Amino acid sequence: MSAALAGGALLASAQQSYLRDASQMQALSFTVHIPLVCFGIALPSMIAYVEWRHLRSGEELYRTLARRWTRVMAALFAVGVITGTILSLEMGMLWPGFMSTFGGVFGLGFAIEGFSFFMEAIFIGIYAYGWRRLSPRAHLLSLAPVVIAGFTGSLMVISVNAWMQHPSGFRLVRGHAVDVHPLAALFGNSFLWNEMIHMYVAAFIVTGFLLATPYAIARLRGSWGRYERTALAVPLSIAAVASPVQVLIGDWAARDVASEQPTKLAALEGLAHTTRGAAVHLLGWYAHGHVEFGIAIPKLLSLLAFHNPNASVQGLDAVPLSQQPPVNITRISFQLMVVIGTALALLGLVFLFVRYRCKRLPRQPWFYLAVAAAGPASVVALIAGWLVTEVGRQPWVVYRVMTTTEAVTRARGVPVGYGLLAGAYVLVACGVAWVLRRLAGAPLAGPDDPLAGPGDPLAGGGDPLAGGGGAPQPSGA
Amino acid sequence: MHLYDITIVCILIGLALYAVLGGADFGAGLWQLATALRPSASQERRRRAERIREHAHHSMGPVWEANHVWLIFVLTVTWTAFPEAFGAIASTLAVPLFIAGLGIVFRGAAYALRAGSSKPSELGAIDTIFSISSILTPFALGAIVGAIASGRVPLGNAAGHLFSSWLNPTSVLAGVFAVAISAYMAAVYLAADAARNRERWLREQFRARALLAGAVAGLVAIAGLPVVHADAHRIYERLVAGPGLAGLVISILAGLATLTLVATRRFEAARVSAALAVVGVIAGWALAQQPLLLAHLTLAQAAAPHETQIALLVAIAVGGAILFPSLGLLFGLLLRGRFDPAGEADAEAERAHAQRPYAQRPHAPRPQAGRPTATARSVLAASSSGLRARLALAGLLGGLGLLTAAEAPWAHGLGVACLFACMIFAFLAVDPTGLAAQEDDG
Repeated sequence: MSAALAGGALLASAQQSYLRDASQMQALSFTVHIPLVCFGIALPSMIAYVEWRHLRSGEELYRTLARRWTRVMAALFAVGVITGTILSLEMGMLWPGFMSTFGGVFGLGFAIEGFSFFMEAIFIGIYAYGWRRLSPRAHLLSLAPVVIAGFTGSLMVISVNAWMQHPSGFRLVRGHAVDVHPLAALFGNSFLWNEMIHMYVAAFIVTGFLLATPYAIARLRGSWGRYERTALAVPLSIAAVASPVQVLIGDWAARDVASEQPTKLAALEGLAHTTRGAAVHLLGWYAHGHVEFGIAIPKLLSLLAFHNPNASVQGLDAVPLSQQPPVNITRISFQLMVVIGTALALLGLVFLFVRYRCKRLPRQPWFYLAVAAAGPASVVALIAGWLVTEVGRQPWVVYRVMTTTEAVTRARGVPVGYGLLAGAYVLVACGVAWVLRRLAGAPLAGPDDPLAGPGDPLAGGGDPLAGGGGAPQPSGA
Repeated sequence: MHLYDITIVCILIGLALYAVLGGADFGAGLWQLATALRPSASQERRRRAERIREHAHHSMGPVWEANHVWLIFVLTVTWTAFPEAFGAIASTLAVPLFIAGLGIVFRGAAYALRAGSSKPSELGAIDTIFSISSILTPFALGAIVGAIASGRVPLGNAAGHLFSSWLNPTSVLAGVFAVAISAYMAAVYLAADAARNRERWLREQFRARALLAGAVAGLVAIAGLPVVHADAHRIYERLVAGPGLAGLVISILAGLATLTLVATRRFEAARVSAALAVVGVIAGWALAQQPLLLAHLTLAQAAAPHETQIALLVAIAVGGAILFPSLGLLFGLLLRGRFDPAGEADAEAERAHAQRPYAQRPHAPRPQAGRPTATARSVLAASSSGLRARLALAGLLGGLGLLTAAEAPWAHGLGVACLFACMIFAFLAVDPTGLAAQEDDG
């Protein structure tokens, strides 16, 4: 009897450990993929804007910039294709219980996303290879499907995630989904829109600040021609107008979490017991049922979540301990996202203020130091935000319907796969860093310019210098 | 005919397209790898190896991503339409799926890295490091097909054996066959591309490779028959004497036709017949396998509910109506040689283009005076930066009221629209390019 119990416990703990490995492998894949998604969503619009400036003004500088960014887009999109493929393989490899039961309910979202992915791939191919071969207008137009597909693709993926957070459109009878209404499940979901808009705007913020980062560093190092100024101003302006607006959108998303996922809200605020007029705690650490060393702001949580300073906010104790998410990871991620998001919004406002008061770009070095830091910081905020969403719904994979333990694979060897994938991603990350440095550091025209013709030894007759000398140097100082 | 029959046909079409297009890509990687394995002592041989690599890259570069999305299509449609079967396949065959995934990671990374370089030595290194995937991925995917065909995937969460499910005679045979077929397709396509570009030397190189790989693929297929007979008897019976026979015959005839066409240097026709040979193999397998999907699971039992099938088929129809014209555009540009590396004359023209003053260029849009849209433009110009800023502010206030203060869902929708308007007008008001340009004067 006791042996059987011990055996059962051993099995359970083995499964628990697979669950941890599988979750971390999924988290790793997601963390690598999600910044690339941001570039896929936002970078085509920025390139389109710059190329449109080229068509309007005829200035070669804008064309050079658009071509340079196209190289970045093509490289990051190729990496996004492979990390996205890995994610879709992992859905089945790691979470067969989830797929088997609910594939028929939410799978449609991914199927439609597949078509968006297709459109992006096709037209990025046409755009990136069509610089010399399409008429300027057709070339610019070929970006339109990429921009649209960036929106629809992320809408579809988020519709699935929103369904996992707030499932509907089916009934569960003896472990099988019946009465399935995929359209209602995916698109008749109040969670979809705030999650989608929050992510879509975040993509522009992340891409904007990240793209501005190398040019801010260039400015700090003293290279500040018109080329660098333009390359900084375009993405920075987009990030600067988007990041203050994101504060309002994030607030909207949080209010929906408060009403639909009260346990997640309790976790991200570290609220152990249901409380009237609940306080917000800044910083600190959740232990023994309350936030230690935090700075309390009375009644703010009730006010923010329900627009009423005396509203009752549900605590973690409303559900059994086994159904509570890990509080500290969720809470610290949330605070990190909010702090960075607020700082980015302030940075954006400083930029806009200088633009309106002085009608010029900011001149202080600290501003450019801040922009250089804002790129990486925005990625941290992005990942922290997804940690809030995903860790905050634990232990559920489908909120209050299926736990991750029920979903995870029973196959052995997950840690091996996790290690191999991590190794492969480290290699790819080094490679991408090398490419981006190359693209950033290469002279604008000349023998080392990768734009001069990607590996064109057949065409160039072996003397790449021939074309380089007379080409315009747009970085006029 | 049930709805799920249409869905499985869509999945098989996707699979065939992935086998043809993705297969050609992996095969191209294989030929790139082959150039690196032969030690090239002389300058001349190095240059030749480089040409082969570059040709393989340029033929695939513009379509690489689009080709690989077919795999995503197959995965997503399968897990939507046949979720339980997908869960069983993906969990039992997690190892080969993961190997295939790693291969795709490396293949894609090679394309990404190539964006940063134009030095032949670096390009060679990149191709060599990453083209190992050209063997891994087709082999693993072929092994998965072999595992399903030989009935080694039971229903349930990782219910089959983690290794013997895909390391068995049928799977290994299917994996090797997939590698051979990929190399064959790639050689046919690259020969056709070289013929189109009037690259005689390259054309002959890939013609020889196509003949070699075709012969190898044929030998593997013949040698495989007794293996399948012994290891997967049901499939064998239904393939040589049952419903699968039609596919098998088509495949053999198309394969022989391709060899003849390649031998007589009619490459464009060989493209089609080579693809047909692959389609025949997949169709034969599918016909032999049905009505079973897994060992003890029929298609009907595996299918997701009716509503899901309808929604999925509508999505595929609408998506296909957008997708196929777009693919037609991409491959049209590619096959008409629009993406080929510029020839000597083209490169010259490009340089001249860059040096000529802008106004004299053929494609350059003229300054906008006198166009029909001139009035609209002048109105836009009149709407000064100040007006845009005021509109942005109005959008912000509207968003604040409707999204933050109001509670109704419709108000939230309007509020989001206001905020997007706010961001767009604010961006236009900032006018970043003008801002960057004016600094010159200051």
